[in-house]
Order: sequence, then structure tokens, then C-alpha cells
Amino acid sequence: MAILDILTIPDERLKQASEPVTLFDAGLRSFIADLEQTRQAGPAAVGIAAPQAGRSQRIVIVDVSGRPKTANHGYMVLVNPEIIRWEGFELGREGCLSVPDYTGNVIRAERIELSAQDPDGQFHEYAMEGFEARAVQHEVDHLDGLLFLDRLVSRRTDLFRRKIYQKGIQRKEKGGT
Amino acid sequence: MLTLVGEDRPGIVAAVTDCLYREGWSLGEASMIRLGGNFTIMMMVTSAAGAQALERVLRPLADAMDLRLHVDAIGGGLHRHLVPNIQVRVTGADRAGIVAKVTGALAQAGFNILELESDVAGVEDNPVYIMNIQGYAEQTVEALQAAVDGLNEPDIDVSVSAVDTLIG
Repeated sequence: MAILDILTIPDERLKQASEPVTLFDAGLRSFIADLEQTRQAGPAAVGIAAPQAGRSQRIVIVDVSGRPKTANHGYMVLVNPEIIRWEGFELGREGCLSVPDYTGNVIRAERIELSAQDPDGQFHEYAMEGFEARAVQHEVDHLDGLLFLDRLVSRRTDLFRRKIYQKGIQRKEKGGT
Repeated sequence: MLTLVGEDRPGIVAAVTDCLYREGWSLGEASMIRLGGNFTIMMMVTSAAGAQALERVLRPLADAMDLRLHVDAIGGGLHRHLVPNIQVRVTGADRAGIVAKVTGALAQAGFNILELESDVAGVEDNPVYIMNIQGYAEQTVEALQAAVDGLNEPDIDVSVSAVDTLIG
């Protein structure tokens, strides 16, 4: 096993779309082991995508099980993942191993369903929400050459405000004014 | 730290940054926003030349565009980000003292404000104050919520939540 070098911006390879995995062999499994070791060596990353390690293939790892009070599927290796359903939207703060020393706000779907293969090529389907769904969307973006920087929204985005404003209205109605 | 404030119009940022670029100044972190019809710039800039030289460089432009100019030599630098872990949202009737009370309670609980933006919404007869704060605290969300609940202000709604920064 080995810790791989992480590509950082402005490396052009981070902008490339990755190729599907077709060969489910020992080489793939060995790379996945290295990728997981690389994720764990970094600063508390809950996910990592193969292109971040310079391998332009559709492979991601997500594991949010270390976070308290977070619904999760444990350690997931997603090969050729495809998000097939999106629902709701939510603003959250993200950072990235490939974008050192910067975090920013991004809107993601609150709930998703996806299909993916495991390292042996078997197909699985997942339904997930919240932080785990956010992590998967972040990693799948890497496979399409997208970084969270491509989805940044203003701190002043009206999503926060709209929620607050609606709450205010409800209160007023309850108070009968 | 360079501060520029003046009546908003198109072209302020372009003119200021072009002038700095031509005179060999590098730009760092900046906050620029329109507040009540004014455009405000706070920007870290650096060069070997020093604060007095910066004022000389920008004075003609500031006068021409009617911008108030202020320069402070500071000890800050890049790559000193603190990642916020707590968010506080405040809404309520717009009256004196909201900010002081809420931020006072938060400060006493050890909360360090990293960003604060506030606005007055609603209609003129019935203004609503909205404030959004992101900051850092060692304390739990529950402890901070208890601190602001202790203010006991019935017409102000203060909610404390965690900011879960995802690194991936």
C-alpha cells in the first residue's frame, strides 16, 4: 500500500471527465486500497475520488461513519457511480483535499439515490441523505471534472433568508397578528 | 489594510484594482459589498513600498471617484483562515440593542465571530432585522443556544446550529 500524491488546483487534470472502469481485477483493488490510505492520511476527509490521485477513472470512496449523529452506509467504494434521483436542496460548507486552505458554501441535493458497482463489479443501489449525500455529490463531481469551486454560492445567497422569512411568517400567523 | 467607501456606481473595483496593479501592489483577501447605496471595499494589499506609498498611489483616483480612503499597516497575512463551526441566525423586530445583546451573550460563551452580515428587511412601517453570523467556538451548539435563550427576548428569534464543513 502507498499514500498517493494528491493533485491540487490549478492542475488541469482535475478538470477532466474520468473514464468508466471496465476491468475489475487485482490492480483495481490494490489502487482502491492506496486511495483509502491516501484519504485517511489527509486532513479528516470523508471522501476521495480517483482523479484527485491522478487516476482518471470513475472510482470514489466515501465514509462519513466517523461523524457523530450522521446517517451513513459506512465505508463505501463506489465504482462507476450514477446518481439517479435528486430531491430537495440544502446549503453547506465544503472544502477539498485538492483545494487547500479554502472552504465555501455550496448547494447540494438533500436526498439522492444512486447506483454503483463495488470493487468486484457487482451492482448496488443506495438511498441516502444529508451529509453522506453531500459527500457523494462532491466526489461524483470530481469524476465529471468539477470542483466545489464551480458550484460556490454567495454567503448572502437567499436560501438562508427564505427559510428564516417563512419561519417568521408562521410565527406571526400563530400569534394572530 | 485598504478601506475605500463611496457612493456606488459601476467601475469602482475595476478602477481601484487597475491602479494597484499598475503600481505593483498585490491583492490578498478582500470583502467588497454594497451597503445602503455605498460601495465598500476592505482589502489586504501588499508591496515593498509601504502604507504611505499606497495612500499616494490611490489618492488621485479616490478623489476623482469621490471615495473615502483609509490605509492601515497591519501584521496579518494570507493562509490564516479559521473554519467556522457554528452559525447563528437572528431575526426579529428591528429595535436598538439586538446586536449588542446577542453578540454579548455569544462572546461571554466564548464564541468568536468570523463573519457577520445583517440587513433590515420587511416594510418601512414594520422593519425586520436579519443577521447571519458564522464563527468558531469550543462550546457545543446546545450551550450557545442556552446562552442566547437566556436573553429572554420574545420578539427576537435566535437559532444556533453547527456548520459541518465537508472535506472531500
